[in-house]
Amino acid sequence: MPSATLPLASTLRRTVRPLLDRWLFRLARPEPSPILLHQRRIYVLPTSAGLGLAAALLAMLIASINYSLSLGYGLTFLIAGIGVASIIHAFRNLFCLSVSAGRCEPAFCGESARFVFQVANLRSSRRPALRLRARGGETAFDLAAADVTSVELACLATRRGWLRAGRTTLETTWPLGLIRAWSVFIPDLACIVYPQPEPTPPPLPLGAAEGGNGRRLANTGDEDFHGLRPYRDSDSPRHVAWKALARGAPLLTKQYAGQRGEDVVLDWHTLPATLGDEERLSRLAAWLLAAERAGHRYGLELPSARIDAGHGEPHLHRCLRALALYRTTDTPLAGSTQDAR
Amino acid sequence: MRAEPTRHDAHAGRAIGSLPPPSLTLQQGLWLLAAAGVTLAPHAGYLPWWIIAACASLLGWRAWLLWQRRQPPHRLLLLLLTLACGVAVRQTYGHFFGKDPGVALLALLLCLKLLEIRRSRDVRAAVLLCFFLQMAVFFEDQSPPVALAALSGTWLAVVALLALADPTAAHREQMRTAALLLAQGLPFMLMLFLLFPRVQGPLWGLPADAASARSGLSDTMSPGSISDLIASPDIAFRVEFSGSPPEPSARYWRGPVFTRFDGRTWRAERPLEASTPFYTPSGRRFDYRITLEPHDQRWLLALDFPGAGADAGVGPVRFTSFAQALLARPLQNRSRFDLSSWPDTTTGLQDAQATLAAALALPDGVNPRSRDLARQLAAGAGSDAVILERVLAYLRSSRLTYTLKPPLLGHDSVDEFLFDVRRGFCEHFASAFTVLMRAAGVPARVVAGYQGGEINPIDGHLVVRQSDAHAWAEVWLAGRGWVRVDPTALAAPQRIEAGLAAALPEGEALPLMMRQDLGWLRSLRHRWEALANAWDQRVLGYNPEKQRELLARLGFREVDWPQLVAMMSGAGLSLLGILMAWASWQRRTRDPLERSWQTFCNRLARAGHPRAPWEGPRDYGRRLAAALPRQADELLRLTELYGRLRYGAAADRAEIRALNRQIRKFELQ
Repeated sequence: MPSATLPLASTLRRTVRPLLDRWLFRLARPEPSPILLHQRRIYVLPTSAGLGLAAALLAMLIASINYSLSLGYGLTFLIAGIGVASIIHAFRNLFCLSVSAGRCEPAFCGESARFVFQVANLRSSRRPALRLRARGGETAFDLAAADVTSVELACLATRRGWLRAGRTTLETTWPLGLIRAWSVFIPDLACIVYPQPEPTPPPLPLGAAEGGNGRRLANTGDEDFHGLRPYRDSDSPRHVAWKALARGAPLLTKQYAGQRGEDVVLDWHTLPATLGDEERLSRLAAWLLAAERAGHRYGLELPSARIDAGHGEPHLHRCLRALALYRTTDTPLAGSTQDAR
Repeated sequence: MRAEPTRHDAHAGRAIGSLPPPSLTLQQGLWLLAAAGVTLAPHAGYLPWWIIAACASLLGWRAWLLWQRRQPPHRLLLLLLTLACGVAVRQTYGHFFGKDPGVALLALLLCLKLLEIRRSRDVRAAVLLCFFLQMAVFFEDQSPPVALAALSGTWLAVVALLALADPTAAHREQMRTAALLLAQGLPFMLMLFLLFPRVQGPLWGLPADAASARSGLSDTMSPGSISDLIASPDIAFRVEFSGSPPEPSARYWRGPVFTRFDGRTWRAERPLEASTPFYTPSGRRFDYRITLEPHDQRWLLALDFPGAGADAGVGPVRFTSFAQALLARPLQNRSRFDLSSWPDTTTGLQDAQATLAAALALPDGVNPRSRDLARQLAAGAGSDAVILERVLAYLRSSRLTYTLKPPLLGHDSVDEFLFDVRRGFCEHFASAFTVLMRAAGVPARVVAGYQGGEINPIDGHLVVRQSDAHAWAEVWLAGRGWVRVDPTALAAPQRIEAGLAAALPEGEALPLMMRQDLGWLRSLRHRWEALANAWDQRVLGYNPEKQRELLARLGFREVDWPQLVAMMSGAGLSLLGILMAWASWQRRTRDPLERSWQTFCNRLARAGHPRAPWEGPRDYGRRLAAALPRQADELLRLTELYGRLRYGAAADRAEIRALNRQIRKFELQ
């Protein structure tokens, strides 16, 4: 919402940008991949450095006229010509690039969502100094001749639910930094954002019914080595297979068998009444992770959904996803261009 | 290939672009240093020595830091250095405003900026400074080597910008891209150079120091003033005759006319001016185009005696009662004039008594021996013509020596020359002769200018140098008007016929270029000067008038500004169109294998079986085979072949062509 405290430029941008997006860039809904950057999709405008050079050239032109410097005219016009040629080079650097939406791993709220794009260069020459920007994230990359590369764009996830890549810009100021060529598109790419796990949650409500020997069970669960799986951000450093890493293996997490652990049902309704919705989700997320790590079988009870007890990664993700989408109406392909900020 | 996430904090979206390098990479730094070096090198001849030394040491310091991979010096130190440079420039020039201190400051700022570079913006600022300095050297010199230096400086600056935008690319690629940009910029430059509406400068009053100190004739003449000029091989002007040039002895180019004498120094008086000559041209006529180097004086240095002059954009040509052709303003730029001269014209027949009386005046008490001599020579002479004969005879018989290094003369300069040292240069001869004639009662005056010149065999132009500077005399005879007398010819007739080098006595040191024995050097100089002349005429001399001529030759007469702008836009857009075509050209250069596969997929898509983006050739083939069982074998074979050629070990061209043929022949049933 534009308010009186905002600087005028920012207000103006917030008002003008949606209009531009609709009428000039024709952005409306996510486009299917691949998005081919053809001629009409590429825009060019001078950068501030380009405007600075234009002002300098004007000064040089006036000096040439005043002092009748023939070579002054020549130099001024040559630099101007180079500037014009650099417009074409900037355009050409984006022309006929093909952008496809890749995958996107789930992320926790407060972490970075990593959108992956496949950018393909069909031409047999290099495309240097490209930048992909969306949602405040920015990634610089080069493309080799006739090559496809995955570009990862990290954006801060600030809200649980679906985080769409939204208005994405591929731009370049190559070759001279005087001209910015860019193309905007809305890729069909969304990331599911789980609620932020509570940093210091109370212990799991183990054996709430039977009377607590959960601690012991949890310990046994921790002790029986079961196998290795790829590391995930949410894993505790204590479970990282450091020895394997030292041998040159990728980052792996030790898994412990805790199948004998008791069932635990993480119930929305048994949480203290003082907690708000988001805090409840936060705590449930933390418990889900703890339960998975400890090797319990766990289920989830939400006002809107119920997930039976289970174990393992797909189950964990199903539960977290239910938390993420709790009372949200959006779908990954809603086609909304609303800015999350 | 690289792909690294840069930032993903909440504020990242604000700052656009400019990945901040901690400082320069070696590659970026070297290119920038090279650009700065090439930009500053042509200035070395025009800046004070301490600025050159300061610039060189600052650049050296920067290079050392770069080599040692050290951080730039502290801001405070640089600020102090900048202040010190400012104070020093103020001390040297006495002020900040004007061309020379401005250029000096720019040069120092460029070197300091290179030391300061921390962000990409600093690099761009340094490149802008380079461009300004490349331009600034044109105030002093616009010769082809300087233009070449500016061109290489621009190229290096473009490479530096490229290295900034794309630090990972190889040197060779940067250089090639920069050369490509330059080559693509050149047509725009040419088009704008020819079509940009030219206006004759200045737009406003030029600063006082716009014109640097010029060598050339001055408006006073004392012993030694012309012989100082002789050492300079600089070109004073060039002449292109439309027919054959006059013989050497008729090549007198008229500059200042001196009528007042104080015993040592001759000064010019203000003559009457009119828009037509004070005489009626007659006799032989020579039409020529003269290209004058700027000399900051009004005289046109026309061949005796000019009769008509073309208005050359610097105001109409004026004629004086001293038979000179003058400009309205002192000449600040190299300019061309179309002139005609009639060497056999009689001048000054109707000169006023006052003019003739002034041409008799001599200061009292100076040069007494000469005046006595003149009185003796004039005694009993029937007419002024007889006096003239006697004076000439006296000078011829007194065996005066013509030398480039005359001894210094004191108060009675004419007496000392005629009776004591008896050695002198043309100004001594002219001065002595004029004093004798005046003392004998015959109106006489000194004329300075240039005499002779050398035809360049390469382009046929007559080149007149500062070393051709000369002084001669004129006497007024009843019925004949002002008659030219060149007393130097009495002592050294070769001076007039063959130039200075032939006239000097054996063993006298000559400026290098005048040496007769260095023929190859002279021939080289002829070639170089012919090139420089073409450059001056075609490139530097391209002015509003030439632009009109060019457009008229292209069939556009009476072009006004809006038309020129329209022509420029049209030409610019066509050039842009050509570049766009080049940029889009890539589509057709795609891989032939890819192309034929695309054809195949398109054909099946039209038949209702599009390939899904994730489908590989084998899966697609199987699906097609299932959907079109009648052609299953062929479809499977084609997709299998494509898969093998695409992903298998190196496929040879013959196989690709074979697949291409099969796909072309393939038809859905």
